[in-house]
Amino acid sequence: MTTVSASLELRLTPPVRYVLRIADTALIHAQRLAEWCGHAPVLEEDIALSNLALDSLGQARALLTHAAALEGQGFGEDALAFLREEHQFLNLTLVEQPLRKPSAHSPGGDFADTVLRNLLVASWMKALFTRLQGSSDASLAAIAAKSLKEVRYHHQHAAGWVVRLGDGTDESARRLRAALARAWPYVAELFVADEVDAAAAASGLGPSRAELREPWHAEVAAVLAEAKLEPPAATPFVSTGTLGRHSEHLGFILAELQYLPRRYPGGVW
Amino acid sequence: MSAGPAGTEWPLWEVFVRPKAGLEHKHCGSLHAPDAAMAVQLAREVYTRRQEGSSVWVVPSAHITASDPGDKDMLFDPAEDKVYRHPTFYELPESVNHL
Repeated sequence: MTTVSASLELRLTPPVRYVLRIADTALIHAQRLAEWCGHAPVLEEDIALSNLALDSLGQARALLTHAAALEGQGFGEDALAFLREEHQFLNLTLVEQPLRKPSAHSPGGDFADTVLRNLLVASWMKALFTRLQGSSDASLAAIAAKSLKEVRYHHQHAAGWVVRLGDGTDESARRLRAALARAWPYVAELFVADEVDAAAAASGLGPSRAELREPWHAEVAAVLAEAKLEPPAATPFVSTGTLGRHSEHLGFILAELQYLPRRYPGGVW
Repeated sequence: MSAGPAGTEWPLWEVFVRPKAGLEHKHCGSLHAPDAAMAVQLAREVYTRRQEGSSVWVVPSAHITASDPGDKDMLFDPAEDKVYRHPTFYELPESVNHL
């Protein structure tokens, strides 16, 4: 019998970590967005959010497949997505935060967190994939070139909503300001550079996260200005999802994400 | 996905998609959107998910003036027995294709 409960023993070299951080960010972002399927405020946006989630999932699949190839022990994308444990995921903490979709206690939910999250993540991915197009790793450069088209659209779609809601009614502006305050403590991690980033920058694999700060801030600041919103002040707190230390939410996401493949190993339809 | 109270619904837009350059835009459906720019984005989401299009037009449904379905007999049936209006009585040279 397969021992599916055993966690994978991964050889985490700096390049594997570098690619996993991007792959896991795309995967968990996709999983969160997919929660809206069937629950969005209007039918059209329900389809749009599912499309964004599927784009992001496609990016995650390509990146996980590549991370598995770099890791070199023959684990595939599925093993990396479904058989790693919480501390082995290296996504940005921002993308695992709840999206306040409708519940019994909150009919209608709060759409502001979702449109803002999409803007913050798409701006980061856009800055990152723009640079990764020139990666010394040809596979990563090809994934980046394909993904850049997708995240450019994600950015436009999210920016459209942030401007309409931020510069909309008193209520929509108030909700968006509250969403900004909730998201901002997790923004610092988008630009924390460590030895993994240093190795990637030195080898030409990709940019250090610190180098994304400037293009990201320029892009986000322009949208917030059009939306008549002020970016909140930076906080001293720095989240640590990219080091494998997560908020309390990731475990619940993985429980849902991994239930089927762990319960029915190798199951297909 | 509950509809808002009456009067707060987004306006309706008709969506036209051009399958590829050189062909005309064809009507493919309608959707609700808050304004024209967002209507284009949502049309892309709803109607071009399977590479159906290379260009999208949206038009406010309110700007379309339609014939009255009750006038259908009066407007369209009289053309029924006027076959001479079809250009099918010309002999075409062999070399003319795609006419």
